Amino acid sequence: MNKAKVSFNKQLLIPIAALVALALFNLIKDPSFFKIALGTNSAGAPVLSGYLITILDYGSELAILAIGMTLVTAASGGQDISVGAAIAIAGSVILRVLCGTNSRPDTLQAPIIVAFLVACVVAMLFGAFNGILVAYFKIQPMVATLILFTAGRSIAAWINNNELPIISEPKFGYFGGYIPGVPIPTPFFIAMICVIIIMLVLKFTTLGLYTQAVGINGSSSRLNGINPQFIKFLTFVILGLCVAVAGLIKVSRLSTINYSVIAKDIEMDAILAVALGGNSLSGGKFNMTASILGAYVIQFLTTTLYKMNVQSDALSAYKAVVVIILVVLSTPVVRKKLSQLGAAILPKKKEA
Amino acid sequence: MRKMGKRIVATLLAATMMVGLVACGGGADSSSTSGGDSDGGSSSSGDKIKVGIINNDPNESGYRTANDKDLKEMFSEANGYEASFAYSLKNDEQITAAQKFIQDGVDYLLLSAADTAGWDSVLKDAQDAGIHVILFDRTIDASDSLYDASIVSDMAKEGETAANWLKDQNLSEYNIIHLQGVMGSAAQQGRTGALDDLAKENGWNIVTQQTAEWNAEKAQQIVQSVIDSGEKFNVIYAENDDMAKGAVEALDKANISHGVGKDVIVMGFDCNKWALEELLAQNWNYDGQCNPFQAKYIDDVIKTIEGGGTPEQKTIIMEEKGFDASTITQDDVDKYGI
Repeated sequence: MNKAKVSFNKQLLIPIAALVALALFNLIKDPSFFKIALGTNSAGAPVLSGYLITILDYGSELAILAIGMTLVTAASGGQDISVGAAIAIAGSVILRVLCGTNSRPDTLQAPIIVAFLVACVVAMLFGAFNGILVAYFKIQPMVATLILFTAGRSIAAWINNNELPIISEPKFGYFGGYIPGVPIPTPFFIAMICVIIIMLVLKFTTLGLYTQAVGINGSSSRLNGINPQFIKFLTFVILGLCVAVAGLIKVSRLSTINYSVIAKDIEMDAILAVALGGNSLSGGKFNMTASILGAYVIQFLTTTLYKMNVQSDALSAYKAVVVIILVVLSTPVVRKKLSQLGAAILPKKKEA
Repeated sequence: MRKMGKRIVATLLAATMMVGLVACGGGADSSSTSGGDSDGGSSSSGDKIKVGIINNDPNESGYRTANDKDLKEMFSEANGYEASFAYSLKNDEQITAAQKFIQDGVDYLLLSAADTAGWDSVLKDAQDAGIHVILFDRTIDASDSLYDASIVSDMAKEGETAANWLKDQNLSEYNIIHLQGVMGSAAQQGRTGALDDLAKENGWNIVTQQTAEWNAEKAQQIVQSVIDSGEKFNVIYAENDDMAKGAVEALDKANISHGVGKDVIVMGFDCNKWALEELLAQNWNYDGQCNPFQAKYIDDVIKTIEGGGTPEQKTIIMEEKGFDASTITQDDVDKYGI
């Protein structure tokens, strides 16, 4: 128990260290980064604004995806690269249900909750498709999800007959904006609800334990009475649910959709969040808190780079540098050297 | 145990092959012909003009969707055409499709190339087979003897029209947020170049110049970042409608007024119908047209060639407008919205 706790803290150290480094950098460069102001939006409702609020706002979809991606990574030892395309599908389904056959309706054709539930079912079905390929046909997760990665955006376009629906109903914008009277962006609330749900699930069910057992050694977990195939399948379905929630936020932000660019490259950020959380990308043990923190660290980095006016097409290069540093730091060779170094500098602390 | 291992391997192999099949199926689908199979249609063709149309993926943008729809309406059987379509965003797949059309013996090859390079040899083959080649929307790096006509938009002129309109607004100061398209694309270069030139000439201040890659979400984040920094701006020059929409979402969040007679001028391109409606509602100020309706021009060229003549000009530049929110009418929205 004690041992588990130590490793738990160690893992959280990586995203926290990255967060502190970024915060320090911004503090030195321009302290106004941390300024938060209370203003009103064009609907007259009070809203908070500032870089920190922007980070909480735009990091939400990523945090939600990181939840599902962490489970998939832990159970299958691979990643789902189709989440961006799946978000396009989920978003398209939501708009299709809300708009019916008219791409610019004056009134919604169905309640938003119905549209969202349909999107959940569809996204979970696509998750199940990936899950079956990975769990029962034993295809490499990246190869299996490559199918949907390639085809997903075309499917999304096909759902709406290649039209680009636009929703004029202001209520639909609440999910990606603000609920009147609440000054904190709604996506942050949605992300927090998802986080609380998954934390409760991990605490009160055996999902976390089983997922880790399957990821560490599938055959020995089977000998212990766990069905590794079903667990892998289940993690992909859960990721599908996360995709539907993220899709709702994405389409709500703009009240419309563009199939080819919505949630573009988000899969890479989601995988990066898992890696940044110090989780092994080859499966096994995981730390959900660290992954979610990792997601916000990535958004922190993105917002910082935007503030510094870095060309936005160069953003991925900076993220790549972060990945390289992380991967190098996590190799056994470097870890051993680091722990030797640590032992040499702080011999006493280890004893205590 | 060994047997089981073999079985697993066999299952895996079968599964991989299935995936391969699915993947191949998808690939072939994207470059295969739709609408009128050329073999089956040969009996019914007779005096119909056979055209092979190679275009980019219609899902790419609203522009492409409108473009594809326009072509399909024009080159219908009712208008005396027998058309086959091939779609791809990849140059090599487009070239393969072109070779297939040449083998099928089409009369005209209509081409919107994904990439400017690599077309010389296949167009030479077409010429040897006596097939007329007409380029639309995009030009290619090849000798103009290889094609009969090229129907294009002048992106630089679109940019100039927009930038001159901005100059005519006679603002007391210009603080511009410039949202660019995917760097290196013809639309981005033309529209950026014109603004850059006039900004230099008139000493306009460019607050930020960033590529949002035609993406509304990215545009929203870039504008949000400028708002958070507290810098002043009064013009948003977005190189397409999607990015302008993203920018406006960020403005609305921060309660910055935009549109005719308001704090921030919003400019977009492409003339999507919903964007023109924003103009009509005075929420945006300007929208530049990028004309996707080339089918009529192509039809004229084909009629000229069928009549034994040659087109007067090789490069035909389409007429394109810029719409001002203070003068736009509902008719304009219906007629020019895509």
